[in-house]
Amino acid sequence: MVRATKKSVTRKPEPAARARRAPRRRPLRRALVLVATRKGAWLYHGDATRRTWRVDGPHFLGHIVNHLVLDPRDGRTLLAAAKTGHLGPTIFRSTDLGRTWKEAARPPAFAKVPDGGKGRVVDHTFWLTPCHANEPNAWYAGTSPQGLFRSDDGGVTWEPFSVINDDPQYRAWMGSVQDGTPDGPKLHSIIVDPRDPAHLYMAMSGGGVHESVNGGRTFAPIVQGMEVVEGFDAGNIAFHDPHCVRLCPSNPDRLYQQNHCGIYRLDRPSKQWVRIGKSMPRRVGDIGFPIVVHPRDADTVWVFPMDGTTVWPRTSPDGKPSVYVTRNGGKRWQRLDSGLPTSQAWWTVKRQAMTADAQDPVGLYFGTTSGELWMSRDEGKRWTCIARHLPEIYAVEAAEV
Amino acid sequence: MKVLIPSPLLSYTKERKVEATGATITELLADLDRQYPGLRFRVIDEQDRMRPHMRFFVNGEQVFGMTHLLSPHDEVLIVQALSGG
Repeated sequence: MVRATKKSVTRKPEPAARARRAPRRRPLRRALVLVATRKGAWLYHGDATRRTWRVDGPHFLGHIVNHLVLDPRDGRTLLAAAKTGHLGPTIFRSTDLGRTWKEAARPPAFAKVPDGGKGRVVDHTFWLTPCHANEPNAWYAGTSPQGLFRSDDGGVTWEPFSVINDDPQYRAWMGSVQDGTPDGPKLHSIIVDPRDPAHLYMAMSGGGVHESVNGGRTFAPIVQGMEVVEGFDAGNIAFHDPHCVRLCPSNPDRLYQQNHCGIYRLDRPSKQWVRIGKSMPRRVGDIGFPIVVHPRDADTVWVFPMDGTTVWPRTSPDGKPSVYVTRNGGKRWQRLDSGLPTSQAWWTVKRQAMTADAQDPVGLYFGTTSGELWMSRDEGKRWTCIARHLPEIYAVEAAEV
Repeated sequence: MKVLIPSPLLSYTKERKVEATGATITELLADLDRQYPGLRFRVIDEQDRMRPHMRFFVNGEQVFGMTHLLSPHDEVLIVQALSGG
């Protein structure tokens, strides 16, 4: 995400006054929503009021695109994590907002093991995070199976990052393909502390939440208070399944997490996650994939609950989709479903497919497993569908250009 | 030698039939990647194994090893497996 901009003043100053003024006014910025799907990527260009949208796509039709992210540091570089059902994974890069694309020269790949060994293979890059604002052109990538990678040249070449990819303890916590999500175990939620580029968080499904305070040289688990599936040992990091972790931009000491087993808040320096989802309505529960934080208010968080009962249908509970918001750090939750289908809507929202922009009021966006793109211009009070009939949506990111 | 390229890789080669050299499949892929950067990793993984749905045929016979020997007059066919769809 990039910062919101103030509205331009329409009155033109006199030439002499204009010459004295510095810096120049920033032009009114337009909303850009980046949609990654199972069959390609789409860009939705909005006007400044976020009422009309122009579609640009498909890009990479037929490719499985897990994440499409705009670099907030230059406002023009896009990275897309892509593969097809048959071809191996790669990263595409554009420096002109998707008019032209160039493939990474060296996509994320695990280290080659000696002949006869059983080295791991990246199935797909799942998550992309731009590094700290003071590290231009640097990016992190999380893969399936779980791996952490870094590029220092804007996504052209990628190298394994940190020791965790090959660390025996981390490999044990990552588990096998059998322990991961149905479409592969994933490393996700790579978070850079905006105050300190050496302070990182990342999460693994499965494999817990982890923190590094030394620029990724080492990581340590941070899972106290997180619950696991009944009958399993919460002391075993491998059994922890964080679905999505977000850091509050307005208070980087506060993180929120949507987990396989509930919604949590963490206030540093404490290492104890608090399950704030207990205050969700019992009939809805606190299971889901995404969690979205407010850009300026660390007490406001949105979630999209799903049915995590019995065989885990992964649909909206009772076929009635709704966003829920807390405005007080999780003490109380409010249902936000105005404009959404009131019945027989059996879709849900994946962990990267819900996001917020930085405008005031905040715009919210989510993409569904049934290929619909929804948005709200008023922080969730009213929802509008802005695109239908897309492939299954994997990720949605909001930006301004 | 002649190499027949499957449609998913035409974005790299732009043409169905290309010329490449190499005494083994490994060397052939290295030459293809030199001519068409990025192609190799889409069909061969980082452990130097053929990806699960990619198949190689030499003169009509399927080959499985990266060290399979090639001669200049061979015809190599890279195929995307049907894989059930």
